[in-house]
Amino acid sequence: MSTRRTRRDFLCGSAAIASSTLLPMPAIAQAAAKVVVIGGGFGGATVARALKAAEPKIQVTLIESNATFTACPFSNEVIAGMREIGAQQFGYDKVRAAGVNVVIGTATVVDQTGKSVRLADGATLPYDRLVLSPGIDIRWGALPGYDEAAAAKMPHAWKAGEQTMLLRRQLEAMEDGGLVVMSSPANPFRCPPGPYERANLIAHYLKTKKPKSKLLVLDAKDQFSKQGLFQKAWKELYPNHLEWVSLSNGGKVVSVDAATNTFTTDFGKHTAKVGNVIPPQKAGHIADLAGVSNNTGWCPIDPVTFESKQVPGIHVIGDATIAAPMPKSGFAAYSQAKVAAFAIVKLFAGEQPSPPRLLNTCYSLVGPDYGISVVNVYRTANGALAEVEGSGGVSPADASPDFRKSEAIYAEAWFRTITGEVWG
Amino acid sequence: MRAAIVVAALALLSSPASAASPEPPNGAAACSACHSTNAAAQTPVPKIYGRSADEIVAAMAAFRSGQRPSTVMGRIAKGYTDDEIRPIAAWLATQK
Repeated sequence: MSTRRTRRDFLCGSAAIASSTLLPMPAIAQAAAKVVVIGGGFGGATVARALKAAEPKIQVTLIESNATFTACPFSNEVIAGMREIGAQQFGYDKVRAAGVNVVIGTATVVDQTGKSVRLADGATLPYDRLVLSPGIDIRWGALPGYDEAAAAKMPHAWKAGEQTMLLRRQLEAMEDGGLVVMSSPANPFRCPPGPYERANLIAHYLKTKKPKSKLLVLDAKDQFSKQGLFQKAWKELYPNHLEWVSLSNGGKVVSVDAATNTFTTDFGKHTAKVGNVIPPQKAGHIADLAGVSNNTGWCPIDPVTFESKQVPGIHVIGDATIAAPMPKSGFAAYSQAKVAAFAIVKLFAGEQPSPPRLLNTCYSLVGPDYGISVVNVYRTANGALAEVEGSGGVSPADASPDFRKSEAIYAEAWFRTITGEVWG
Repeated sequence: MRAAIVVAALALLSSPASAASPEPPNGAAACSACHSTNAAAQTPVPKIYGRSADEIVAAMAAFRSGQRPSTVMGRIAKGYTDDEIRPIAAWLATQK
């Protein structure tokens, strides 16, 4: 499989180079490999910088739609009024200073045969290898009643930014006693523990600011990330402010009505004062345009190189990939970006990339000074990723308050460190 | 065919062997998500870049056995054998 891909890659993209091998070496040495990266989040900005650091001769262009990136991790704290949105925002000056050509623009066409990317403004960027780190898009219409217009009324807040602020403002404007309803989708989706962290922090907000109010979580699943720890915390901290309805208990939302803020399940209707719909998702749209997503909406990849299994020469990292058991998280994207960068350098050098060891740590806040985590180490096995046996796991069930507090402190330190490495 | 691919790929980069920073050993690249590479960074998470290799190897063994209490490091250390830790520790020691 990998030999065939390499050969196709060679045949498709490198005819000119093949003939150039007949030229004297000094002329050949002038050619510099070009990598274009689409998406400037945790994955994209990291792969761009890692490529440049590993091999400064590679010309790296990073295409990102927004001049300022708004990070999702910790945005649940913004919703709950515990943090300001500015603490989530990062620019690209340091990425530029690292030698990456950062282009603020939107990619609209990927020409697989001609190996180039076209931007909305008409500019064309040629590449030898393309890396897509497009994150997620909402699967509009997959949940009947939930389209872009509905999201302006019932925010998803699953891409940080204006949506995050909209949900926060709605909670702030709600009168005490109001019902907040959140729906959580079936797997897979961005940030598996995210809905439950959000539920905690909204419950914390209600308990402290609107004590007569309550949060109802309607879930399309029976099981979720760090479930035991979350449920223990709910009982301890939010017995009167948070109710979780599992799939088995009729939690699956089958439609929403934005006009009335109503969530409909097979068993009834819940009308909210504030409705937060975490909808079904897919890989960012550019993945479809590039032909690297499949009928699941996500992108199959080779776990050693993160090269698309569908289109040679295009690598995909982060939330857009099918990389289970790795979750769709900023840390996972960072980990994958480093692996992809070193693999690309090796592929350009004609060397065989070695099977990687990947890492993910996801912290969640249950309340102030109360953090929990899930950790895993991954290796490749049988053409896919697998957890290293005996490693990883979640925080202990019986941990002391000091332990929980340490994890809250480490969570914040993680965010500061990773964003420093990516954008600082 | 393989030889042609190698030649073509070599042509893309003038001197791949002279990469500015050698590739970190397998599993080392993601440490920096929590352990800052910036010596000046203010963080409660210990600095590991530029630390002696012996210290890293010993710490990972102690995390793995539980002899050294931790929040996440015990769970991470169980994902690596001593043989896998040694090259990572040696590489970290060179990263000042």
